[in-house]
This record gives sequence, structure tokens and C-alpha cells, in this order.
Amino acid sequence: MEEILRVENLSKKYEDVDVLDGISLSVKKGEVVVIVGPSGCGKSTFLRCLNGLEDIRDGSVFLGDEKINPNKKNLSKTREKIGMVFQSYDLFPHKTILQNVTLAPIKVKKRKKAEVEEEALKLLDRVGLISKKDNYPRQLSGGQKQRVAIVRALIMHPEVLLFDEVTAALDPEMVREVLDVVLSLAKEGRTMLIVTHEMSFARAVADRVIFLDGGKIVEEGKPTDFFDNPKTDRLKKFLKTFSYEE
Amino acid sequence: MFDSNVIKMILEGIRDTLYMTLGSTLVGYALGLPLGIILYVTSSKGLHPIPFIYRIGDFICNIVRSIPFLILLILLIPFTRLIVGKSYGSTATIVPLVICAAPYIARVVESSLNEVDAGVIEAARAMGASNIQIILKVLLVEAKTSLFRGITITTGLLLGYSAMSGTVGGGGLGDIAVRYGYYRWETGIMIVTVVLLIIIFQIIQNLGTFISNKIDHRKR
Repeated sequence: MEEILRVENLSKKYEDVDVLDGISLSVKKGEVVVIVGPSGCGKSTFLRCLNGLEDIRDGSVFLGDEKINPNKKNLSKTREKIGMVFQSYDLFPHKTILQNVTLAPIKVKKRKKAEVEEEALKLLDRVGLISKKDNYPRQLSGGQKQRVAIVRALIMHPEVLLFDEVTAALDPEMVREVLDVVLSLAKEGRTMLIVTHEMSFARAVADRVIFLDGGKIVEEGKPTDFFDNPKTDRLKKFLKTFSYEE
Repeated sequence: MFDSNVIKMILEGIRDTLYMTLGSTLVGYALGLPLGIILYVTSSKGLHPIPFIYRIGDFICNIVRSIPFLILLILLIPFTRLIVGKSYGSTATIVPLVICAAPYIARVVESSLNEVDAGVIEAARAMGASNIQIILKVLLVEAKTSLFRGITITTGLLLGYSAMSGTVGGGGLGDIAVRYGYYRWETGIMIVTVVLLIIIFQIIQNLGTFISNKIDHRKR
């Protein structure tokens, strides 16, 4: 399968601390890559570098043939092709659910309003939220907001979807409804990079799991190998923190 | 004391006061809103930091705001004469009111925009929105409640300042209060003008609060 995203030797420092230390990664079209690791290991920073929300000083990121450069004028064109969903949903509080979803396609992509709305309603229906189209974000639960945020990313027809701990702020019973949506996207063959702490979800959704620690890729592999036969001691120790059996 | 001439004068005073207050708020926002947006955008944490521009805007705002309004009123007399043709009357008063209000408005606007959740801006940016699109479609929309509160506060402030300009022949209710209450010892007329100012202030404040609550979609 063809490569869609390539990261070459990506490094990033915050005041002498290496947040990312020479990460290289190649993602194929349709692949689902899950990134796990302890807090502060650089997972979120890594995702944010991929669509230029962070400065890229050392190393490079390519989407197809295009190099992603945060200082370049056409960055916004590239960003349209990379959808991102955040931990804190970040819906626009003063816009209705439908307006939240249709804003970017209408204003950024200059598509026709009627056509965008029709697609928005279809997508909202898919995540079971069509009845909320005229509500404001405050009237929705966390899980519902996050599903809207996913729709908001989908309607831009991104080539790659980035999920940054999308269930970390949710009540446990709402985690499932969001992850089911992500899982259905994976089955459709979408290319996704997912940062998460939900290990059983990672196992279910991933084609490949990456363990990031200290800004480096410590271990990577298929979910079965990764979770059942971890090679490095660091990963063994990390996985143990999720289990209560001794 | 309250013959038809006085009543006519007071009615004209109300008209002039409203004219000065609303006129200077309007023109003040025409200058202050863009200036506030520039301050927000060019600040070190803004959409497009340009320290040099920010420092200039910041400096001008601080200079103008540190001059007491009454002094500004007098300092600006030649400038007012240049623009309006005379230095007294309600239209002439709008000039110093605007000069005084614009930097204040710019600050109020800047702080309203600063209140907008950074995550929301980042989400817009991640969708590929340009800075202009972020300003027009996200920032100003998400800050509208706070911006509206700012307008209410500014209008109230300018109402007070327009009354203050009465001391140098600015016209309006403040002018009447000074001329009759202070120079002629007609306390009755002064009290009436003060009560009218209080009523106008209450109307502005309550209307402003009502509208900003009406347009706020964040809370129940």
C-alpha cells in the first residue's frame, strides 16, 4: 500500500528538554497507528507537529509529497487534509451543532452551503446526533460533544485523522460511544493516528501500536505482539501499570 | 423654577447627552475595535505576533489613557477646532470623547478576545482556517458576549465623561448641572439633571446586560 505520511527524524526541544528525539515513522494509506506512552512522553506534541500546530525545527514531516512547514503560507491548505480531534472537544460554544460542523467546509473550502448541510446531517445521523443539530454545545454531554468534533473533522474529507486523547476528559460510560465511532472509521479504511490511554481499545483498533517514551519510539509492533509479548523492559513495566493482577 | 423654558432646556440636554454618548461610542468603536484586534493579533501570544507593532499600539494606548479626561479635553481644543470648526457644543465634545475612548475600547476589546478559549482557536487553525477567517468567523463570534459587555461599560463611562465636558461648555445634562447648579445655586435643576443621568445610565446598563445575556449560548 502507498505511503501517505512520512516523518523523518523529528526532534523538538522545550528549553533543553528533548520532547521529541529523532522520531521517524511511515504510515500507509488506511493504516491505523495507535501511540501509547506515559504522560509527558511527547505523544501530543508529536501529533501536533503532524499538522504544523507546533514548530518543526529539526526533521521533517511529509503528507504525500508535500512537506509540512509551519512557517509556510500554504500550511492551511495542507491542514485541510489532516483532521484533528482534541481531548477538550473545542467546539465553538456560540454556534449550533450544525454550524460547528459546517463552518470550515463553507468558509475554508468554499463549498456550497446546501450541499455541506446535507452532508453534515448525514454524518450527524451516522453518529446518532441528528436530533441535536440546532442545539448549542453546552446542551450536549461530553461524549456527544466529542462525536460532533469527530464529525466536524470528517466533513473536511481529511486524508489523515489525528485523535489526541479523545476520551481522556470523558466519564467512563461515555468513552464507549466515542470509541465505537472511531472503531467504525477504522473499519472503513481511514488512515488514523490515535493517541490514547485505553489499552483494550488500542488493541482492538490498531494495525500497529507504538510505544513512545522520553521522546523516542521505544517499541512498535502489531497489537498482539505489542501487548502479549512486549520485548523491552520499559514497555513491560508500562503495560503492567494497566493491570491489577500480580 | 421649572417653567417651559427650563423643561425645553432639559429635554435638549437629554438629547445632547445621548448624542454625545452614543456618537462617541460609535466613532470610538470604529477606531478602537480594529486597534483592539491589532493589539490581540500582534501580541506575543496572538495569531500573528509582531512585537514592534504591538509595542507601538500598547504605547499609544497607555499614553492617552494616562491623561486625565479633563486635561485631554483642554489639550485637544486646537485639534477639535480643526475638525469641527469650534471648540464648544456637543459635536465638538465628541472629538475628545472619541480620542479618550478609542484606546480604552481597544484595551477592552483586546481583553475580550484574550478570553476566547485557545483550544477553540487551535481547532479552527487545525481545520485550515486563515488568520482573517479565524478573526471574523471564530474570535469575534465567540467573544461577542464579552464584547457586548465592553460596549455597555464604555457607553456608561462616556456618559459620565460627556457630563464632565459640561465644565468647559460641552453641552448636555452635565453642562446644565454645572451652569445652574454650580454657578447659579439652583440646586433643584442640578438634582433633576443628576437623576436623569442616573436613569439614563440604568437604562444603558440594564439594556446591555439584557442583550449580552440574550446572546450568550454558553450558559443556561
